[in-house]
Amino acid sequence: MKCQFCEKPATFHITELTEPVGPQVMHLCEEHAKGFLNKEASPPMTAIASALAKQLGQSGDVLEELDQKECPVCGISFFEFRNSGRLGCPYDYTHFESDLRPLLVNVHDKTEHVGKKPTRSAGTADSLAKMIGLRREMEEAIEREDYERASEIRDEIKAMEDPIAPPSTPSDTQS
Amino acid sequence: MKRDADFDELARYSGEWMRGEGPESDIVISTRIRLARNLADFPFIRRCSDEDRLSIERTVRARMESLTDSHWKSAHYVDLEPLSEIDRQLLVERQLISREIAESDGSRAVAFDATEGYSVMVNEEDHLRIQVMKSGLDIKNTWEQVNRIDDMLEEVILYAFHPRYGYLTACPTNVGTGLRVSVMLHLPALVITEQMDRVFRSMQRINVTVRGLYGEGSQYTGDFYQVSNQVTLGHSEADLLALVGDEVAPRIIEYERKARQALLKNNRDDLHDEVSRAMGILSTARKISSEETMHHLSKIRLGISMGLIEQPDVKVINQLFLQTQSAHLQKLQGRALGTAERHARRASFLQHHLAGKDDATWN
Ligand SMILES: [Zn+2]
Ligand SMILES: [Zn+2]
Repeated sequence: MKCQFCEKPATFHITELTEPVGPQVMHLCEEHAKGFLNKEASPPMTAIASALAKQLGQSGDVLEELDQKECPVCGISFFEFRNSGRLGCPYDYTHFESDLRPLLVNVHDKTEHVGKKPTRSAGTADSLAKMIGLRREMEEAIEREDYERASEIRDEIKAMEDPIAPPSTPSDTQS
Repeated sequence: MKRDADFDELARYSGEWMRGEGPESDIVISTRIRLARNLADFPFIRRCSDEDRLSIERTVRARMESLTDSHWKSAHYVDLEPLSEIDRQLLVERQLISREIAESDGSRAVAFDATEGYSVMVNEEDHLRIQVMKSGLDIKNTWEQVNRIDDMLEEVILYAFHPRYGYLTACPTNVGTGLRVSVMLHLPALVITEQMDRVFRSMQRINVTVRGLYGEGSQYTGDFYQVSNQVTLGHSEADLLALVGDEVAPRIIEYERKARQALLKNNRDDLHDEVSRAMGILSTARKISSEETMHHLSKIRLGISMGLIEQPDVKVINQLFLQTQSAHLQKLQGRALGTAERHARRASFLQHHLAGKDDATWN
């Protein structure tokens, strides 16, 4: 594959997030990739890439250990996140908190949310994580064709689900 | 909510946000604000099973249907999975859905209203992408509407939220407010006078991203640029809106105005010549690509805003920007067209409309 800007072979494949088009893969030669990554206006994705590159600079053992770290809820490994740039579930922000912090600083320069908050908070973080875990267990049960177990788990999830708010009295949902 | 939409009908009109009105509409095409939200009790899309995606889509649909606000009465809810490629492409061209969701697999949907002022994508990169678009530079009203939709959905959907990191998103670049405010600008004079690099550079220091639009694989741009906030965490919605709407966009608008004045003063004849040639090509060509069409339409739009030509109306030009894109053209033609055929039909469509005739008489 050739570089998008010249005739040299493309050795760098950079995913750039563009709105509204969505992620676009750039195929670049080394020289153009350097120019692209060093642009001062690093788009968010390159900021992730460079924050992760810093982590890559850590000693091999530390990185290897980090890469193998897995979220107990959704099962994503840090390695998978590093490769895809996408997290697996809300609980990742808790489980990988210290690993994500440098990245958040690099991208946003801040680590604390300021602004709008949801007005209701039904369910604790634990019970929500449990539900995500159950969904995964259900999927695994289906995969090993244990449909009885899968249907038990489905019922368990149903019982935990946030009921549809009665439309006429939206204030009832503010529990 | 209507569980369908008439795509032939849709192709015939441009959305309200494309009507070319509103503040600064000689330069600002549109204001768009989107919020990224996720359901608290599901994994993010990347780790979703097919069953999870289906449950998310069903849950969101059922909860939207439970809303009684008039906002949702006129909304269309379209299941994207069984939709034809052309119809999905049509929604992309209207910016109701992203290319990413159009081309992905599995259960996914979009809710949008009849005037297409807003859309809610279900199972995009995040479970929900709520967006509102308005014509011209209109941050305040756009935000008020998207915020209201978010409030309504929040009453029936439990969002993933962290006390420290805010609204949780699949990609850490969107976490916090989940807000992206984008202003689409038409900057032909800055392009002609080769000042875009300077604009890009001056924006780099202030947490704003400037992007060329329609630049898919070709160097061609059409002179449209999108300015949006780069960060989402640690700044309030109000601050992010002010950054783009009060600080950055007005500054670029001013640069573009100055460049237009300079062109009028120093190169009026050259510019008028270019605009007239663009008109000439689009009025007489027998086959034309969408890239070339955009390029010339951009020149004509500039000629109109600068008072060099009086006809056609800018509304006609905006409509042509939309309807000469592939999916629109094919819907209007009523059948799929190969590339060569598309180029020929596009030329015919342009000729017809630039002569002041309407869709009804085009064939
Ligand atoms: Zn190159
Ligand atoms: Zn997880």
